[in-house]
Amino acid sequence: MSDAQAWLALLGLGAFHGINPGMGWLFAVALGLQEQRRAAVLRALLPIALGHALSIAVVLLVIGVLKDALPDAWVRWPVGLGLAAFGLYKLVRCRHPRWVGMRVSSLDLTWWSFLMATAHGAGLMLAPVLLGWRDGSAVEHASMHEHMHHAGHHAQHAVDVAGGHAGHAQHLAELGASTPLLGLAATALHTLGYLLVMGLVAVVVYEKVGLAILRKAWFNLDAVWAVALVVTGIVTLAL
Amino acid sequence: MAMQAPPEQLAYVVLLDPTGAKRPDAMAVVDVDPASKSFAQVVGQVDMPNIGDELHHFGWNACSACLCPYAPHPHVERRYLVVPGINSSRIYILDTQPDPKRPQIVRTIEPDEVFRKTGYASPHTTHCGPEGIYVSALGSPDGGGPGGIFMLDHETFDIRGRWEIDRGPQVLHYDFWWHLGHDTLISSEWGTPSMVRNGVDAEALLAGKYGHALHVWDLRRRKHLERLELGPEQQMVLELRPAHNPTRPWGFVGVVVSLKDLSASVWLWFLEGGKWQIKKVIEIPAEPADPAVLPPLLKGFGAVPPLITDINLSLDDKTLYVSCWGTGEFIQYDVSDPHNPKKTGSVHLGGIVRRAAHPNQPDVKLGGGPQMVEISRDGRRVYFTNSLYAPWDEQFYPGGFDGWMVKLDVPADGKGMTLDPKFFLQFEPGLRGHQIRLQGGDASSDSYCYP
Repeated sequence: MSDAQAWLALLGLGAFHGINPGMGWLFAVALGLQEQRRAAVLRALLPIALGHALSIAVVLLVIGVLKDALPDAWVRWPVGLGLAAFGLYKLVRCRHPRWVGMRVSSLDLTWWSFLMATAHGAGLMLAPVLLGWRDGSAVEHASMHEHMHHAGHHAQHAVDVAGGHAGHAQHLAELGASTPLLGLAATALHTLGYLLVMGLVAVVVYEKVGLAILRKAWFNLDAVWAVALVVTGIVTLAL
Repeated sequence: MAMQAPPEQLAYVVLLDPTGAKRPDAMAVVDVDPASKSFAQVVGQVDMPNIGDELHHFGWNACSACLCPYAPHPHVERRYLVVPGINSSRIYILDTQPDPKRPQIVRTIEPDEVFRKTGYASPHTTHCGPEGIYVSALGSPDGGGPGGIFMLDHETFDIRGRWEIDRGPQVLHYDFWWHLGHDTLISSEWGTPSMVRNGVDAEALLAGKYGHALHVWDLRRRKHLERLELGPEQQMVLELRPAHNPTRPWGFVGVVVSLKDLSASVWLWFLEGGKWQIKKVIEIPAEPADPAVLPPLLKGFGAVPPLITDINLSLDDKTLYVSCWGTGEFIQYDVSDPHNPKKTGSVHLGGIVRRAAHPNQPDVKLGGGPQMVEISRDGRRVYFTNSLYAPWDEQFYPGGFDGWMVKLDVPADGKGMTLDPKFFLQFEPGLRGHQIRLQGGDASSDSYCYP
């Protein structure tokens, strides 16, 4: 996977997570309808995005640390198989985390979003991007330890990349040397995509479309989601 | 949104054997499609495998509350009926697919499982809600209190256990429903199983021992918040009908009888200034009658109590229907202003003294009276049956009566109603109908997270 592909994949997955009603926008719309003002929709978006980001960051950090500490296959196989199994389980028996309550503070919303993202395996879905990043660059593998002490520069590289600067492939390879840090950058970009799509959908549904859309257009996203988990599991294994 | 749904074509009605000994209770499927040849007839019936369950209230496994934003599961189908027996404490799960006219029993939860896992007995009202099916129960397996709520998983129908974490002073229980937008559950009070299963206990009634309060709960934390007292003379606080729109924190509850003058009443609970309050908004007086024609229980009073046993609120929260099972009157109110209901229609059918006939068979005097009401989602059609609860039927209508079901048509503005002369369904002799559920949902099945 090239860098451009990887960043695009992260953004795309962010958009995919953002479009899932169970991941946030629907809650934001409902809060707006309950209070009958748009400000309530907007107020909900950041706490929800923060919870999502926390959930993603935890998973990516753990995978990142493992990836640096263990041989590649030791991480890839359990993560890939785990993803596929989790997806299959969700296809067969779709269980939901329990939550009852509409009167929520920002902290509640963040915690709720963290729970939902974690329980739906949102972070795991990003695993293949992280695991596949440096593949095919054996040189860089070899020089991994050499680059470890450059960690201080990496944040700057991440900003460059997120800012859309092209031609930084070699820097990214360096960045990849510290996978946990890359995980954080990935989280940031992913969450950006997620927040934009979630916010857009929430505001458009609240202002224009109305919830009648759910009746017609609420296709079984649970199933799509489960299939996506299985696919990412397989991709992880095949990388 | 739900009000724009297509008209229902089938209704499910529980049928009970009032003797509780001759034959099993059943679930009837009634054709309510006016274009159909079998309109107003039973087109399917499934008998339960046991005798003496007394099927009473029942409900769907899934409804609009499954779309609540905090844990949406939109693909749980409205397909299974959860049917508890109030006498046996047995719960049947009926599958209405693949043929909605031939529901099948797919699971039976035996009484000792209910007792063991919940500590409750006499399951009654079921509501599908956020994260499961909520079932109310009148009391404990020994016939005493407290009554409460337990939960079933809405996919596997496994019993999950008691709902309450902190029940505070609450002991008596009957109905419950909620304001999803306010994380608030409201519950009402009837009596414990031993206070109701042998008919109304006159001594306990005169001593004011039946329920006379509402309870307000924190739905999220499962905790009792406060008790709203209606007054000790108000006996049996039954059906709760909160506004369907989750931004409206108010609802109506019916009270069967006042010890002061045998009147019945409807009360409004509402949230004002952050505090739940309750007040009487409708009072229906008793009707004087010749003691000679009254059942033994009422002879001493020389009057027929209206006995409000069921009420129902249209999905747009604008029209309230009230069943006066004693006087045989069915009343419609405009509740656009819930604090000031205006009477907009009345129909007489049955009644302890009046025995009013149906236009379809004007010569047949009817027993029983308007009881379990159900309203179509668009508010244009109203259905009701005439049985209350077998031991109570016998006390107020000694000698028994036949079970029937009727339909009323309501104009688009929701004001006024007329009996449909073509719809007068008499059930198989020896069976009486109780609660009605409409295919696709009705006014007392669904609760909403969105205005």
